[in-house]
Amino acid sequence: MDITRSTAADLAASIAAGEVSSVEVTRAHLDRIGAVDDKVHAFLSVDEDGALAQAAAVDARIAAGEQVGPLAGVPLALKDVLTQRGVPTTAGSRILEGWRPPYDATVTRRLLEAGVVILGKTNMDEFAMGSSTENSAYGPTYNPWDLSRVPGGSGGGSAAALAAFEAPLAIGTDTGGSIRQPAAFTGTVGVKPTYGGVSRYGQIALASSLDQPGPCARTVLDTALLHEVIGGHDPKDQTSLAAPVPAVVEAARHGDVKGLRIGVVRELGGEGYAPEAEANFHATVERLASLGAEVVEVSCPNFEYALAAYYLILPSEASSNLARFDAMRYGLRVGDDGTRSTEQVMALSREAGFGAEVKRRIIIGTYALSAGYRDAYYGSAQKVRTLVQQDFTAAFAKADVLVSPTTPTAAFGIGERLDDPMAMYLNDLCTIPTNLAGNSAASFPSGLTSDGLPLGFHVMAPHLADDRLYLVGAALERSLQDSWGGPLLDRVADLTAPATTATEVAR
Amino acid sequence: MALSPDEVARLAQLARIDLSAEELAHLAPQLDVILESVARVADVATADVTPTSHPVPMTNVFRTDAVAESLPPAEVLAMAPDHEDGRFRVPRILGEEQ
Amino acid sequence: MSDPLLSYEDALAAYEPVLGLEVHVELNTESKMFCGCSAEFGAAPNTHTCPVCLGLPGSMPAINGKAVESAIRMGLALNCSIAEWCRMSRKNYFYPDMPKDYQTSQYDEPIAYDGYLDIELSDGEVFRVEIERAHMEEDAGKLTHMGGATGRLHGADYSLIDYNRAGVPLIEIVTKPILGAGERAPEIARTYVEAIRDLMRALGVSDVRMNEGSLRCDANVSLKPWGRERLGTRTETKNINSFRSIESAVRYEIQRQAAVLSGGGTIQQCTRNWLEHIGETSFGRSKEEAEDYRYFPEPDLVPIAPSREWVEELRATLPENPGLRRNRLQEVWSFSDAEMRDVVNADALDLVEATVAAGCAAPAARKWWTAELSRRANEAGIGLDEVGVTPVQVAAVQALVEAGTINDKLARQVFDGVIAGEGEPAEVVTRRGLAVVSDDGALGDAVQKAIAANPDVADKIRAGRVQAAGALIGAVMKEMRGQADAGRVREIILEQLS
Repeated sequence: MDITRSTAADLAASIAAGEVSSVEVTRAHLDRIGAVDDKVHAFLSVDEDGALAQAAAVDARIAAGEQVGPLAGVPLALKDVLTQRGVPTTAGSRILEGWRPPYDATVTRRLLEAGVVILGKTNMDEFAMGSSTENSAYGPTYNPWDLSRVPGGSGGGSAAALAAFEAPLAIGTDTGGSIRQPAAFTGTVGVKPTYGGVSRYGQIALASSLDQPGPCARTVLDTALLHEVIGGHDPKDQTSLAAPVPAVVEAARHGDVKGLRIGVVRELGGEGYAPEAEANFHATVERLASLGAEVVEVSCPNFEYALAAYYLILPSEASSNLARFDAMRYGLRVGDDGTRSTEQVMALSREAGFGAEVKRRIIIGTYALSAGYRDAYYGSAQKVRTLVQQDFTAAFAKADVLVSPTTPTAAFGIGERLDDPMAMYLNDLCTIPTNLAGNSAASFPSGLTSDGLPLGFHVMAPHLADDRLYLVGAALERSLQDSWGGPLLDRVADLTAPATTATEVAR
Repeated sequence: MALSPDEVARLAQLARIDLSAEELAHLAPQLDVILESVARVADVATADVTPTSHPVPMTNVFRTDAVAESLPPAEVLAMAPDHEDGRFRVPRILGEEQ
Repeated sequence: MSDPLLSYEDALAAYEPVLGLEVHVELNTESKMFCGCSAEFGAAPNTHTCPVCLGLPGSMPAINGKAVESAIRMGLALNCSIAEWCRMSRKNYFYPDMPKDYQTSQYDEPIAYDGYLDIELSDGEVFRVEIERAHMEEDAGKLTHMGGATGRLHGADYSLIDYNRAGVPLIEIVTKPILGAGERAPEIARTYVEAIRDLMRALGVSDVRMNEGSLRCDANVSLKPWGRERLGTRTETKNINSFRSIESAVRYEIQRQAAVLSGGGTIQQCTRNWLEHIGETSFGRSKEEAEDYRYFPEPDLVPIAPSREWVEELRATLPENPGLRRNRLQEVWSFSDAEMRDVVNADALDLVEATVAAGCAAPAARKWWTAELSRRANEAGIGLDEVGVTPVQVAAVQALVEAGTINDKLARQVFDGVIAGEGEPAEVVTRRGLAVVSDDGALGDAVQKAIAANPDVADKIRAGRVQAAGALIGAVMKEMRGQADAGRVREIILEQLS
């Protein structure tokens, strides 16, 4: 078998049964990274020695007859926004180049404790600000479906690593869609758990009231298994929920939508949505109806203000969260020649260390919070947040889950939207309301455009009802694979073949 | 509400970013577009709407007052751009403490 | 260059001073406000630091429940209302002693608000200071300025930072504008801060040591012509580091501002720094230079909503108001004002009270603690409560004196023994053989010996000059190595020579 094409669930079972060692599995993925990552650039750093040591430790535990967790020995790609002790952690920024944190994020710790093998850190938009991974200080990640296109962002590295078979599992973080939008663009699965469902401790903060780490994988079950490993209460994050992780694995195995009420959000469609994306969305809804789901239409009138509120709240919180990168205790220091003051060195270091989008958002946030503007901008945005939550509450009274396209279009070309911030921001139209309200949401692969680019189906569930996402995702996955005769990702470009474009392959 | 390069410069100073003149000129119109499109939040943010700061309503989460292990001193300073005598070394400071 | 000053009398004749006091109290919790690092003062630099209090990327605060509890108790003791719901906020500004470049503090939702504190002035008059708010925040790290001539910020080549103090919990107590203080404004400022110290000590929530920075005070002063309603422009004096300096700084600002105003000038709203070594304030930062703090609710911490049950539980733990308690005890013990002041100044109020509770008469308890034991504490440079003798032991010593087992002089040796760890007072007496000799036979022999050695003195006594007995008593006491009851010795001498 081709190890790198296996699901995480299968790999874990084989490793636990002693059919293959974790070291072999890890080695195979490291080789795959070596073979394709110069084209994809999913990784910012690969921790070969660390990964092999972790794998050997799992093999030793299994050899000693120890009972190991359901993902023990399976490799994973960690978004570079989460700290890992002693391993470079940059958040895609020049300002943190070379920084090796002295501590593990809670997600990292839980992965390591579960025997998951961390291959390396994945590329991302700088400080997770972006929807294309082009804002990384270390160069963009390329979409494995078509290397001339973006993989989405900010977690483009994690999504591309999955689609390029460099890792069967990945971690993302979602502030406005950074897990779901790349999942849609790469034909993979990405889940944003309920806010507080996965600890943020050790996630380099972008916007604290919106950020949420979550699981990414190629199949619904793998995603659920990973969700269970990283989820649950953490006293180090006082906003984390003191509730048990919803029964996501059970839901992923069950995958039945009979009688489930599915609410189509009227406002998430129409103008600005590519006809192919809309057509695919409606076909997917019909498919779910044919599987026994009850389809209703719901209205969330305040969603149209969500994007505006989001682009005030996010920069406001980010301007504060990113203040600590001041060249005093860690990170890049520029201009300290003995003549300059601390104030000058701070300003020079931040000028040199931050990229254009980060500066743009810090300035916006500084403005939105400043005396005289705070009420009109930040204050009003927080009120919109209340209205968006009320819309969700009303909609969830009529439907068990809400659905929309994940993105208005499929993956766009590299460089296409780089200097038009508003066009870039529109990518997150469908994903943002969930972050404002804190409920859970996911993107599942739902088909290809005529150009052979993946599209995603977006499912939203109430707080702590993350299991419903998996119910829908698993039903859809099973039904689509029956129609396609295999997983969507079987159709992805062969990155090791000599130059043919993904578009040609798909045709 | 158009933002002038001067205003952007003042904000950059507040945010401690030493933006170049070209950046100021490039950024100001972009920020204008963004601010114009986000200003619509004011359309629905009426006085009777309560603002929400936290996505999930929770209160009173406290830590027990117990001492936990600190970092080893070598690790505290390992990533510092400069240090001396067990302390972080920083350039001379102009401003007063707040 | 010193500023011109108007005489205090002339200043007060023309202007009414208005005060505003901001007191920062560092809480004495075991761990810091948002992490488990020790909050203890005085450790080697940066040894009490972790990802949270160093503001490392990814770290998150976890608020210390004990600090919240202390803040509520403090608010209740200041007669404040306790918020039913409040949040922490971020106060954003860049400064290298602040690891996150924002301070986690409270803005428009303080945990306690609208209170007052009654303070007793030196002449016994009670003055009410209205409290605006008391809120929770975190302390910053400690900067050391290097290379400059004076070790101060200005002129330094570079600075060093120790983040041990970063994240230690603080409560900031802010008064409403204090009007009606008149010429007593400096005294009121000082007495208020002292009253806060006493209150915090009674609550047990802080070490309140100005010299270690666990109690800090900023003084706002403004002047207005007598009779005018509108307040004048204020200055805020910082870096005041002793109780005496509070009084001096307020007095100085009144005189300085009066000189500016009476010369036709205007006061600029600014901060001033108190320069202890010359007893003056100097210009700090103007209001125009003040930061735009861009406050917003701290998203990493959830709101605090103290239940009314919890608040009432905490109210029940409040100690008596220190001022009221002092008055009550003075009356019960029948101490003069001077005697009571001695007790308070010696920091012996609790100790005297405990000693009396252990059965000792109040005057004796006062005498031991404010004289003998205070002397020992001062010599050793330690607190009276660290001297090594408990109130129960002091009461036991006094009981031995009253029983005639020992005298005051021997009692000092008993204290020596107790402090040296030789056991309880009675054991020390036995072990050191300190009991007064009350055996008349032994005393009689010693008296006979003394008479024989001093025949001329004996003759004088026989001739009726009884006061000469002192010389013989001294000789007998010397013979008995002090372990005799001098009164009984005198009686025996007079009996033998009658």
